Amino acid sequence: MSEWPAQLKVLGTRVPRVDGPAKVTGQAKYTSDVLPEGVLIGMILRSKWPAARILKIHLDKARQMPGIKAAVAVQDGPRQVRYYGEELAAVAGVSRQACEDALRAIEVEAEPLPFVVREEDARKPDAPRVWEQAPNMPPPRVQETGNVDAAFAECAAVIEGFYATPVQLHHPMETHGCTVLWNEEGITAWASTQGIFGVRDGLAGALRVDQSKVRVITEHMGGGFGSKFGPGVEGILAARLAKEAGAPVKLMLSRFEEALAVGNRPSSFQRIKLGAKADGTLHAFEFENYGTAGVGAGQATEGGGGGADLPMPYIYRVPNRRLKQTTVAVNAGSSRAFRAPGHPVASYGMESAMDDLAVKLGIDPLELRIKNDPSEIRQREYRIGAERFGWKEKYRKPGSSPGPVKTGVGVASATWGGGGSNRTQGEVQINPDGSVEVRLGVQDIGTGTRTVAAVVAAEVLGLKPEQITVKFGDTRFPPGPGSGGSVTSPSVAPTVFDACTKALDQLQKQTGIPDARGENWHVACKKLGVTPLVVQGQWRQGLSSSGVGGVQFAEVEVDTETGLVTVKKIVVVQDCGLVVDPLTAESQVNGGVIMGIGFALYEERVMDWQTGVVLNPNFETYKLPGLADVPEIDIVLLNMPERGVIGLGEPVHIPTAAAIANAVANALGVRINSLPITPRKVLAALGKIPAPKTPAA
Amino acid sequence: MKQADPSSTGRLSRRDFFKGLGTTAVAAAAAQAESVAQELQKLNTEKVFGPGPVPVTLKVNGKTHRLELEPRVTLLDALRNHLGLTGPKEGCDRAACGACTVWLDGVAIYACQKLAIDAQGHEVTTVEGLTPDGRLTPVQQAFVERDALQCGYCTPGFVMSVSALLRKKPKPTVQEVLHACAGNLCRCGTHPRVLEAALVAAGVRPVSMTRTEVIPHV
Repeated sequence: MSEWPAQLKVLGTRVPRVDGPAKVTGQAKYTSDVLPEGVLIGMILRSKWPAARILKIHLDKARQMPGIKAAVAVQDGPRQVRYYGEELAAVAGVSRQACEDALRAIEVEAEPLPFVVREEDARKPDAPRVWEQAPNMPPPRVQETGNVDAAFAECAAVIEGFYATPVQLHHPMETHGCTVLWNEEGITAWASTQGIFGVRDGLAGALRVDQSKVRVITEHMGGGFGSKFGPGVEGILAARLAKEAGAPVKLMLSRFEEALAVGNRPSSFQRIKLGAKADGTLHAFEFENYGTAGVGAGQATEGGGGGADLPMPYIYRVPNRRLKQTTVAVNAGSSRAFRAPGHPVASYGMESAMDDLAVKLGIDPLELRIKNDPSEIRQREYRIGAERFGWKEKYRKPGSSPGPVKTGVGVASATWGGGGSNRTQGEVQINPDGSVEVRLGVQDIGTGTRTVAAVVAAEVLGLKPEQITVKFGDTRFPPGPGSGGSVTSPSVAPTVFDACTKALDQLQKQTGIPDARGENWHVACKKLGVTPLVVQGQWRQGLSSSGVGGVQFAEVEVDTETGLVTVKKIVVVQDCGLVVDPLTAESQVNGGVIMGIGFALYEERVMDWQTGVVLNPNFETYKLPGLADVPEIDIVLLNMPERGVIGLGEPVHIPTAAAIANAVANALGVRINSLPITPRKVLAALGKIPAPKTPAA
Repeated sequence: MKQADPSSTGRLSRRDFFKGLGTTAVAAAAAQAESVAQELQKLNTEKVFGPGPVPVTLKVNGKTHRLELEPRVTLLDALRNHLGLTGPKEGCDRAACGACTVWLDGVAIYACQKLAIDAQGHEVTTVEGLTPDGRLTPVQQAFVERDALQCGYCTPGFVMSVSALLRKKPKPTVQEVLHACAGNLCRCGTHPRVLEAALVAAGVRPVSMTRTEVIPHV
């Protein structure tokens, strides 16, 4: 049972984000806004070759350019680069114009090498090797349970399908980068990061400086989605430039660079065979998958690493199953964690197969899910969602929608952990004037973590959230986790609760006032005299838990004459334990859904197999959903205070693309077997234009 | 029938044409070209700036700033890195994301696509200029109340686009808000809340694209 008070005053109410006013007025200082005295601009020279042996980099001319204060090579001596956009050198100068000129003055002696950027090319035995010591595609890792071959023979219906997803780019609105000051006291880095301590340790390790001499500050940052852990090559280069120049250096990547070198979601090529008994009970599952993690793949071990493995058969229980998964290396930037790594991709493959199987069995796809989903929470979410969505009234046999603009509906589900980190620490300071400061070494990546901390402190101390000053994003504060895995709220909330409970206790003991809250607050605080009360707290059991479900329903319209898919409505039913702040929680749900719409319909990194370059490294060619693309989003948050706080950011993104893909298949009566579902693919599936070349399975 | 011999059809070749033009005409054309070149050079000496820094006077948020900038410096670069006005953000530097949206004489523009020297003689307004007294405008208030922001990096741009719309159309329709924000991107997915905030700020019925219910678990 949860240790949260039974009667909550602030938790669960709609509290506007505490840093909202600073953000809407432009006063919030993001990493890219930090301008220390005498700051220089840093820029990176990147490889124009997808693969090359770099023999020598001549920096002398660049160093002599007007306004240039430092120039460094990533590595002295010969080396190899393995993708278009890999870092070669960097310069720092008085303006970005000076740096642009200097980058053009750097001469690079290089021998271009053969390369390969398409997965289907890279897996061929005679393909150029991305890593010399290992084949691009190592043998798959095989996991087997039960007797798969015998089980398929026992099935009443079996489907075989192929489902593919592209490489997706993170594209946070604020690019990667930092401003670094390196003086006799050590290194101070203002970093756009999801993990200040990770950046600190990364810089200290790479630059051989004591961790105690590195301070990382992230007051506000413009999104990360999994791609902003660690200092990155750009952070280390900024520090080296700062040292050489003897001045702070601000090095923020351009949008173009953002598409090349700072992470992506691996692609997938999933071959699924799924069989069920006549009553719809899943019985046998066979899965073969590979995807690319760019140069992040290619280890000689089985499976190849790089994060392209999928948790299959995802949320369903299938007694007999065989999984064969591997990764293929290509000459492209490495993958990184991306909002619920593996899950949206697994959800797309598995939920597509489920719908295809339902069609073959002749049963309602929602019924098939209810039959085979072992989660009690999701069972409840299916019921709530179906009623809210009007599933019974809206579901029709695939392709039976009349007219040229066809409507369709689909459903898909999620699972996620989202528990807290038990090593989180924090402190609270109660001042004699009654003001309160909460300090934690975590960062707010846009999920509203500051507000979560303020809400919890206000609840315990009997104050209002706006009376709490929350100080985040500094490695001088007690350590907290990186913002990934939806762990931040379930780490922060129990820690703040612990610190504030102890602080209130001590305040009451010290002042002899039995209940210092409410009207006694200022009297009690005044009794502290001149010394503020500072109390440490740490994460503790009983205030958070882990493991959420989540179900989403989608309704789409597909114009069979233009091929355009329009999402009309998404119904989200999501649990996240105790809902701390419904207002900010809903925002995260909106965000997960909208990013899912992008994954379903628009987003794909396109590479040119002949030149090895990324063809769409900017927003005018890599399309994100805009305001007019957003449907009605109907959100049901299942409040479960007894479970304590659980993270929400990732599960809400997982099933959207799968639900939309199923809705499109339901509208058309034919499955488009790869994301994004573009008008071209729709028209090709309808036989109205020739089929585009699809990757080999 | 015998095929016509192209050489005997009387058609003029290019060579014949120039021959026929005669030397007088060619000389006249050359003289004209020369005078055009001279004219251009004269204009260039007067009007072409740079490549080195030149004096630039910018009027931003009602204050006049005198700067020395290379002509290739964008308005966004000048605002952020030379004037310390970091409300307008850089998201793409190529007119695709709208994070840098400012007003030029009250019209929302991409600051990354305007050279600072071209912004001279105009009134530039950044998000900092909306609230000289530090109090939130109705648009900003609505953004906070409706949580029309997450990481907040795109927010100043959205605030400027929505505020520009409401100055022109105090009671906009949903379509007009969508159109006004068509040049702004958000990666956190705050879109429905931006629409809500715009309508709330305008005092229009707060049509919400999202409907939410917190259901207790039993």
